[in-house]
Amino acid sequence: MSVFRSSLNYLAGQLRQIGLFIALIAIVIFFQVATNGITLKPINVTNLIVQNSYILILAVGMVMVIIAGHIDLSVGSVVAFVGAMSGVMITQWNVPWWLAIILCLGVGALVGMWQGFWIAYFGIPAFIVTLAGMLTFRGLTQIALQNKQISPFPDEFRALGSGFLPDLGGGTSAVEPLTLGIGIIATLFLVLQGIRQRRARAKYDVEDEPFAWFLTKLVFTAAMIIGITYLLASYRGTPIVLIVLGILIVVYASVMSNSVFGRHIYAIGGNLNAAALSGIKTKRVTFMLFVNMGVISALAGLVFTAQLNLANPKAGDGFELDAIAAVFIGGAAVTGGIGTVTGAIIGGFIIGLLNNGMSILGVGTEYQQLIKGLVLLGAVAFDVYNKRRSGGR
Amino acid sequence: MSTQHVMNDEPVPADGPVILEMRSITKEFPGVKALSDVSLTVRAGEIHAICGENGAGKSTLMKVLSGVYPYGTYDGDIVYQGVTVHFRDIRSSEEAGIAIIHQELALIPELSITENIFLGNEPTKWGAIDWITAKKTALELLARVGLREDPDTLIKNIGVGKQQLVEIAKALSKSVKLLILDEPTAALNEADSQHLLDLIRGLKGKGITSIMISHKLNEIEQVADSITIIRDGKTIETLNVVRDGVNEDRIIRGMVGRSLESRFPDHVPHIGEVFFEVRDWNVQHPQVTERMVVKNSSLTVRRGEIVGIAGLMGAGRTELAMSIFGRSYGTFLSGRMFKDGKEIELRNVAEAIDHGLAYVSEDRKALGLNLLDDVKRSIVSAKLSKISAGPVVNDGKEFAIAEGYRTSLRIKTPTVDSGVSKLSGGNQQKVVLAKWMFTDPDLLILDEPTRGIDVGAKFEIYGIIQNLAAQGKGVILISSELPELLGLADRIYTVFEGAITDCIPAAEADPETLMKSMTSARRKVRS
Repeated sequence: MSVFRSSLNYLAGQLRQIGLFIALIAIVIFFQVATNGITLKPINVTNLIVQNSYILILAVGMVMVIIAGHIDLSVGSVVAFVGAMSGVMITQWNVPWWLAIILCLGVGALVGMWQGFWIAYFGIPAFIVTLAGMLTFRGLTQIALQNKQISPFPDEFRALGSGFLPDLGGGTSAVEPLTLGIGIIATLFLVLQGIRQRRARAKYDVEDEPFAWFLTKLVFTAAMIIGITYLLASYRGTPIVLIVLGILIVVYASVMSNSVFGRHIYAIGGNLNAAALSGIKTKRVTFMLFVNMGVISALAGLVFTAQLNLANPKAGDGFELDAIAAVFIGGAAVTGGIGTVTGAIIGGFIIGLLNNGMSILGVGTEYQQLIKGLVLLGAVAFDVYNKRRSGGR
Repeated sequence: MSTQHVMNDEPVPADGPVILEMRSITKEFPGVKALSDVSLTVRAGEIHAICGENGAGKSTLMKVLSGVYPYGTYDGDIVYQGVTVHFRDIRSSEEAGIAIIHQELALIPELSITENIFLGNEPTKWGAIDWITAKKTALELLARVGLREDPDTLIKNIGVGKQQLVEIAKALSKSVKLLILDEPTAALNEADSQHLLDLIRGLKGKGITSIMISHKLNEIEQVADSITIIRDGKTIETLNVVRDGVNEDRIIRGMVGRSLESRFPDHVPHIGEVFFEVRDWNVQHPQVTERMVVKNSSLTVRRGEIVGIAGLMGAGRTELAMSIFGRSYGTFLSGRMFKDGKEIELRNVAEAIDHGLAYVSEDRKALGLNLLDDVKRSIVSAKLSKISAGPVVNDGKEFAIAEGYRTSLRIKTPTVDSGVSKLSGGNQQKVVLAKWMFTDPDLLILDEPTRGIDVGAKFEIYGIIQNLAAQGKGVILISSELPELLGLADRIYTVFEGAITDCIPAAEADPETLMKSMTSARRKVRS
């Protein structure tokens, strides 16, 4: 009985995390039924990942900015600006595609330094600086493109957005072997990682996660990865952008949980004064945070441009709002200090699924906006309610 | 500062009509009894001072009186002008003619003097604010408080002393009968203080009764007609200044008169040579540049020594400590710092930590901890580099270290994974101590380390402090509780108005001598 009750208590403590997963699964099931099985068709799953990739990439950077208690409204314009620069470099300056990618990431870093300087060292709130950035970089995009579109891009560059890893089965097998291999390796990695962490914690006798729940989580995660892998493998294999996204998620999830930089970001967002009095160079951390956001926005800009095969003055319009919504649906706190990369990614998938499912169902954009708005409000309301119930602040 | 006794111009007879009587007021906060059975009788037309140590309950009593703590949240009766009153909020006490002027002024810097005086109480004509009447009245009020300023001047453009006068003008605009002043001269220089005291005496002549809370005993001696002393949430006595022949010594005796129980773990100090020294330290207020918060202060710390700093609230203790700790408060002006025989310069907190300094803040929640974090992460947060390989934090080591401190400091927490916000104050303080012990400091500055902590945890924290000293570390202990300083420290510096006024070996110190040096600048500093 007491084991059961302590397990129940543990789950209650994890309500937010579990709730997010359940919401994701419920949405998948709902659309799967409503669309007569189109949602989980291999081609649709592939589309879902590819067409959402740039929002997910932005969400990874945005969640860090929001944890630190800031916001970045300029990312949509930066996406457009970097897209425009890549077009100008490749088609007008004849820069090789790979060099253009590196230079564009550098442009993103410069953009981040510019905004980071005003925020961290000059002390202007991020809301204002990035609102200004939203206008500035949109303007620079139009200047760079002279209000025209640039197209087409070389195939190597386009692969970044819409390419797939080569089919090792030579197109003969029903399930593509390379993708399946990657999926199995990823699953093994995650399972081993989970077991290793549990062991380390057990060594210090601080494990309070019930074993049954640990097992459920592990089996569930493994099943989900294998399932997605299978679906991808039965269409065209692994999208290159999924590899990029995967690396980004793994790297930044561990940065946020296990690196000095990540700890400092949580500390600044949780209590700026206490962080400063603990010897954290708060200004430098804030500056680096925006440089990082700039580079990530640039990456999203490259992926988006490559996918559309087009540099467009209107590109990236409203991306900042989708990324911010993803972060908050993923459980981050407006006041800073709380949030996770995984949460932001799940939040991003929830938004992506809503877009995708409603489009399949032929729901008009006016209702799509309405529903997305209510979902965002509901998710945050659930958070606030949860906090109040547990007697938190 | 002059200490001569200025005679009161018109002493109020000890049997004048009573304007206010607070009868057996008891006020409890969760876990703490702030006031227990306190009574206060104020006669019409007098200046009544309330004295007591920090935390004695003076401000709480005034908040009960002015309706900040509404009727129903305390026990006891308030009889005002012969009627039992039940104030719901500040507004209802103001309507009855009671005005409170807080230590932190409640003026809006971006608004003009007139706008501030009539804020929330604007004279109107046909539903619109009647600025002409407002300005005319403001001019009259300013004349009454002796402030020669254009009423259109913005509050931010006048000094603190003048702002204080605007506060009083604001109270007068509400036809105040009973004026409560909480530490009115704490932020003022001597000339401004004198002007304010003269004004309060002038108001008395016009029939306005004042209640004044002050730490500056010479001022109380100068203006007060009667004095009520509060200690540990209880009324100790009410004195009539003239009849009882009150002087500063008499007040101090009433304020500190408690016996020193043996509440401190036994220890034998092993004091080594001087290893840390601050010379001629001067620091300016971060915003108000004409205000010096630390003046020409010098101090030394020996290895294994616990050095106490005694001073009343606002004396500049925290400012001194934080400015030493990597200039984390105020604008550093001048001064030199030596550690282990070498001159050092600490321009930021990171450098201070690298040089082996640690500072435990008096405000645990605002400055000491990230309340969203868990125990283990809080403990390692001030020196992550110690458990990191390059940029990666080793979470196995983190667990081991946190567990180590949990056992050795007996931090009561389910696991080191628990959030610090769920711990009791005493255990949170142990986490903060662990956080700074983890940085391997040579000098720990502890600012009110036992504030808001229950007796059991206090005793344990005293033990931890003595242990640190026994390991050869230097400790600077800032405390408002004199018994704590006398029980722990080997040597005590007293601070008054930003300057160090005395340095007394603990063996020679007693509450009276400390309180004297804490309330006046008259002494010379012994080495």
